[in-house]
Amino acid sequence: MSKTNYAELTETARRVRINALKAIAAAGSGHPGGSLSAADIITALYFNVMNIDPRDPEMEDRDKFVLSKGHAVPALYAALGERGYFDVEDMMTLRKIDSPFQGHPNMRKVPGIEMSTGSLGQGFSAAVGMATANKIDGKSGRIYVLTGDGELQEGIIWEAAMSAAHRKLDNLVAIVDLNGLQIDGRVDDVMRVRPVEGKFRRFGWNTLEVDGHSFPDLIDAFESARHTKGVPTAIIANTVKGKGVSFMEDQAGWHGKAPDQEQLAQAIQELGGDN
Amino acid sequence: MAESKKIATRAAYGEFLVQEGANNDKLIVMDADLSGSTKTKEFARVFPERFVQSGIAEQDLMAEAAGIALSGHVVCASTFAMFAAGRAYEIIRNSIGYTGANVKICATHAGITVGEDGASHQTFEDIALMREIPGMVVINPSDAVSAKKLLKQAVDMEGPAYVRLGRSAVPVLYDEDHEFKLGKAETLREGDDVTIIATGIMTAAALEAAETLAGEGIQARVLDMHTIKPLDEDAVISAARETGKIVTAEEHSVIGGLGSAVAEVVVKNCPVPVEMVGQKDVFGESGKPDELLKKYGMTAEDIVEAVRKLAKN
Repeated sequence: MSKTNYAELTETARRVRINALKAIAAAGSGHPGGSLSAADIITALYFNVMNIDPRDPEMEDRDKFVLSKGHAVPALYAALGERGYFDVEDMMTLRKIDSPFQGHPNMRKVPGIEMSTGSLGQGFSAAVGMATANKIDGKSGRIYVLTGDGELQEGIIWEAAMSAAHRKLDNLVAIVDLNGLQIDGRVDDVMRVRPVEGKFRRFGWNTLEVDGHSFPDLIDAFESARHTKGVPTAIIANTVKGKGVSFMEDQAGWHGKAPDQEQLAQAIQELGGDN
Repeated sequence: MAESKKIATRAAYGEFLVQEGANNDKLIVMDADLSGSTKTKEFARVFPERFVQSGIAEQDLMAEAAGIALSGHVVCASTFAMFAAGRAYEIIRNSIGYTGANVKICATHAGITVGEDGASHQTFEDIALMREIPGMVVINPSDAVSAKKLLKQAVDMEGPAYVRLGRSAVPVLYDEDHEFKLGKAETLREGDDVTIIATGIMTAAALEAAETLAGEGIQARVLDMHTIKPLDEDAVISAARETGKIVTAEEHSVIGGLGSAVAEVVVKNCPVPVEMVGQKDVFGESGKPDELLKKYGMTAEDIVEAVRKLAKN
């Protein structure tokens, strides 16, 4: 997209949400809440921000995306499918025996997946490694990593955050999907991680706070990060868990539960219908 | 057999890195604030642009190593064995093992011969932990010559490997031109009465034990099992069939390490009595390496005793 077409991004994100939910419903398990909160961020990256080629997933100097909150992988599969890495219908085998579409990302099974994740925090650290490698190799590719806010409770995140600032990795952008919920309840109640922006800033990062469901906000932030030199950027994306489906929105209970057929139908209807 | 000079396997590792670094521009070396002890420091001095420091953050070290390796490099990631295999276990398992990343975990200061630092730094669990991971190659060199040659093979192969290295100077057992093969045991002494299957620094003790046993009329075969995974099953089965008794010797827990790996092969193929010399399900303590090996039962004399016990039964 040379000129940003926000309406097109919105439509793509709508399909990403629907396909993620359909796959989770077909699987009978999965993580709808965090998939929906991350859907717009992932769509912005794959359909506007990143330099990638679905016909050449291993392209030299490509940008890379690491889904550190691996449980949101239905949204990533849906975006990769929309982008043309594979037929989006293929992902409807999600979580089924012999399917490449594992419950958490496996880089050896699905084209476009850059890192196998699922155990929280590790994708963030691996992304710091990838950004370090690109600096050593003089490669222009940028590294994007998406974490949850509950995920910030993992110690490795802060070990890696220290490394990234120390090494001045301005080719690295971390996006925090700050939806405020984790399995046991509100992040603020379970183990407070706020102030997230302040923590990253004090760790030496450039920080930006955005509405994680606003494409203009997100794309401006990614553009601003691109022009920031000498430090990594953390984009704190305020999001709503379960975004787009009324009965899932801001409900911890929808972290890891599949909708039944009736709930799926209602969700699809609320998202504007499967067309 | 070479003369009895002593070199630590970690020192051989340090030399290997500088030699390999000159020929292999894909080699990245990482450390977690222990470069003087792990001997990566010289590589860092000669190739500063290819040395990555993680600080005292072993979990980050391992996941970053995966990220760098998956970007087209071979990474030697170093720290003490306790903090590599122990502290960072699940990260090694998921970010290095599961992805098949081309990371060589070169872990030094393994076992009780860490010495004076005491139990918090003495790991006896690392071989067990690492050999559980699908696809992980586990190497435990017995001397400086085999360490260098096996490190080269580890770096040249694709995929993850764990190389266990020691702090203390140990006897050089091989001539410089000796050739090794990953996954293939070295037969250091022939014998038909019993086989001592040793790994790491216990190999020298096994040779000493065999000498003592020969004086008692017992001819012991001695194998240097430098690769614990994949294990040289043929050598183990031949030992069981031809000598009828096996003693394993390792500077590691008798639970889950070489002894267990050998026993797994023996019970499936050719059940014979197996005695295991190693750390016996207890923590260590501070002391000199030799004192600790003696107190915790990992000397040539302990191997001799194990053979005598088998001979009685």
